[in-house]
Amino acid sequence: MKLTKTLLATAAVTVSAGAVVADDMTIVSWGGAYSKSQLLAYHEPYTAKTGVNILNDDSSAEAVAKLRAMNEAGNITWDVVDVVASDAIRLCDEGLAMEIDADTQLAPAPDGTSASEDFGDLLVSECFIPQIVYSTTFGYRTDLVGDTPPTDICAVFDLDMYPGKRSLEKRPINNMEWALLCDGVAKGDVYDVLGTPEGQDQALAKLETIKDSVVWWSAGADTPQLLADGEVIMGSTYNGRLFSVIEEQNQPVAMLWDAQVFDLDGWIIPAGLSDERKARALDYIMFATDTQRLADQAKYISYGPARKSSAPLVGQHAELGIDMAPHMPTDPNNAQNTFLYNYEFWADYRDDIDAKFQAWLAQ
Amino acid sequence: MAALTPISRKPLSLVLPTVAAFGGFFGTFVGASNGSALFGILIGAALIASLAAFYILVLKNEQLSRWLNIALMGVLGLVLGGIPGLVLGALFGWFFGWLIFWMYEGRYRQHIHPYLTSGQVLWHYTFRVICGAIFVFLITPILVVLPLSFNAEDFFTFTPEMLRFDPGGYSLKHYRDFFTSNEWQRSFKNSLIIAPIATVISVSLGTLAAIGLSQSHVPAKRAIMAILISPMIVPLIISATGMFFFYSSVGNFLEGTLGMDKTFVGYIKVILAHAVLGVPFVIITVTATLVGFDRSLTRAAANMGANPVTTFFRVQMPLILPGVISGGLFAFITSFDEVVVVLFVGSASQKTLPWQMFTGLREQISPTILAVATILVIISIGLLTAIELLRRRSERLRGLSPS
Repeated sequence: MKLTKTLLATAAVTVSAGAVVADDMTIVSWGGAYSKSQLLAYHEPYTAKTGVNILNDDSSAEAVAKLRAMNEAGNITWDVVDVVASDAIRLCDEGLAMEIDADTQLAPAPDGTSASEDFGDLLVSECFIPQIVYSTTFGYRTDLVGDTPPTDICAVFDLDMYPGKRSLEKRPINNMEWALLCDGVAKGDVYDVLGTPEGQDQALAKLETIKDSVVWWSAGADTPQLLADGEVIMGSTYNGRLFSVIEEQNQPVAMLWDAQVFDLDGWIIPAGLSDERKARALDYIMFATDTQRLADQAKYISYGPARKSSAPLVGQHAELGIDMAPHMPTDPNNAQNTFLYNYEFWADYRDDIDAKFQAWLAQ
Repeated sequence: MAALTPISRKPLSLVLPTVAAFGGFFGTFVGASNGSALFGILIGAALIASLAAFYILVLKNEQLSRWLNIALMGVLGLVLGGIPGLVLGALFGWFFGWLIFWMYEGRYRQHIHPYLTSGQVLWHYTFRVICGAIFVFLITPILVVLPLSFNAEDFFTFTPEMLRFDPGGYSLKHYRDFFTSNEWQRSFKNSLIIAPIATVISVSLGTLAAIGLSQSHVPAKRAIMAILISPMIVPLIISATGMFFFYSSVGNFLEGTLGMDKTFVGYIKVILAHAVLGVPFVIITVTATLVGFDRSLTRAAANMGANPVTTFFRVQMPLILPGVISGGLFAFITSFDEVVVVLFVGSASQKTLPWQMFTGLREQISPTILAVATILVIISIGLLTAIELLRRRSERLRGLSPS
């Protein structure tokens, strides 16, 4: 009988707990330091303002697959989803994300400039509300690279000058571009060359020269761990992760900004939400992507805000008190030689080059 | 069996190669960490063999030799690897001092039968070394986790400070993070809600099914059994996909038609899914216990006027309780450890501990995961100890003392 009572009590507690948090909104993001920056810059102020409780789901890595499954099952549990721009384009094409009208559904800049003008070129899809500009770039161990620290991207392919392991992402994107760049292809021609089978072979041949010294990573946290262990002497990852390793964890690591690849990350709202949830998601988006909020996020993580009007508002790191502007990938000193992720090229060629790359990896 | 077998001193031609082989084996690791494994083998073998010859032929004093060996190896370790080297070296020194005289005095034959051939003696010890190696292989990953969880840095790395045993290299911050972070606390609470309820459901259903299937008059017993234990055999990812679509419809019905709260329905879905996964374990353990159950007891109870329900609770249940409990334990662990199904079926408000650990590992390699792992290991050890003590107590009470 005691057991029955306990069970009933547990069930009752569960029900009442459920009743209290009925007003939950599920926001999907990447986890780690990135989710934390969103929590501090967006979620907490929004909850304070509206009383809506926000649940974080760290499932952005499989957002496309899960949204497809949810859509088929007719049971969409997510309200707002943080995805990279290429995923947003796919979701938009498949009708899984809602189209947004930037000028009416997003906040204008404080000086009255319309949102579409403030975001400018970064609105790469009708469903996508850009949030940050991040870059994939290299960090190196200052104590393991000898007396002449690397200054350009080709150091990655130079085993004579910088012997040791390097970590690269286990996919062709970025790696192929860097390989061609260091194999003598001019920057402007990289995508023309990469569009041909010979160009793809050329890039793989260049990667082949360092294949034995490469540790392949698949999660953004891998390279920081490998650098901290001293298992690799240099490695690519997202610039915010490297910032955390260098400034917050005080590891002997420095940035190699050369040939960094810019990419965008932002929000989408899943298609097919009920009117009530859709209105709430839009209200959140309006709040979280205004000029001040985007600038606030840069206090916690070194990613550049996607609005032009936010850039002058970027201040100091919330805990360390250092100026964040020089750590932004978009800072003029860091952005001397950059790529922008070529969405069109990779949308057309990704499947072919992926297959080729994976076959090459397995050799 | 002590002193059963007379022992005698062994010739150096046996002792020296044996200890040299061990020296070479450990020398490999020391050599590898200092540059050359091959060099390590040679130096290790030569060093141990010459030390052994020196102790046996020159010193001729076991006590003195063994202390000297500890000191020597300790100093050697200090030179090669600092403080941790000293500790490790002293341990090696103790081991080799013991090994040399264990071989030389022939003590290795002391506790085994006198009629065994050399080959059998060799196998006797090889077998034990293999068992030990398997044990080490199983336990090391868990042991490595424990000290790393006290790391003062945010990486899975033994920092130089930790290796020097500098207190500054250790901290409790990952434990603090676990107990103060909302995400971790919420997922811990979810696990504590979901696992026990799922366990109670699987134990009730599994026990009933096992008892039913043990009746002689049930048709197609094997087929029913196969279907019931299929969740254990079908790859989890397949069940999870199926469950996702099935429970989505169930959830839509409960929310839409019955108007139940979304979060509450989420819990129901995950609990039911986990109960299904736990049922096979209960069925298997209870069926195994029922094999030893004497059917005449139920007939005797019926003879005395007890109805089937009373018979079950008063006669049958107490006797099969050990099987029910261990099945329940498996069901609990299945739910408590489960990550695939909950990733599919659950939504963010049902995030369990394994889910949180999984995303934490993928997105951010934080030693908080190790702190949680350590806490879970301690809880598991406590749980298993408690169950084992309870089992012994009940056996003692029933006069079936374990041999």
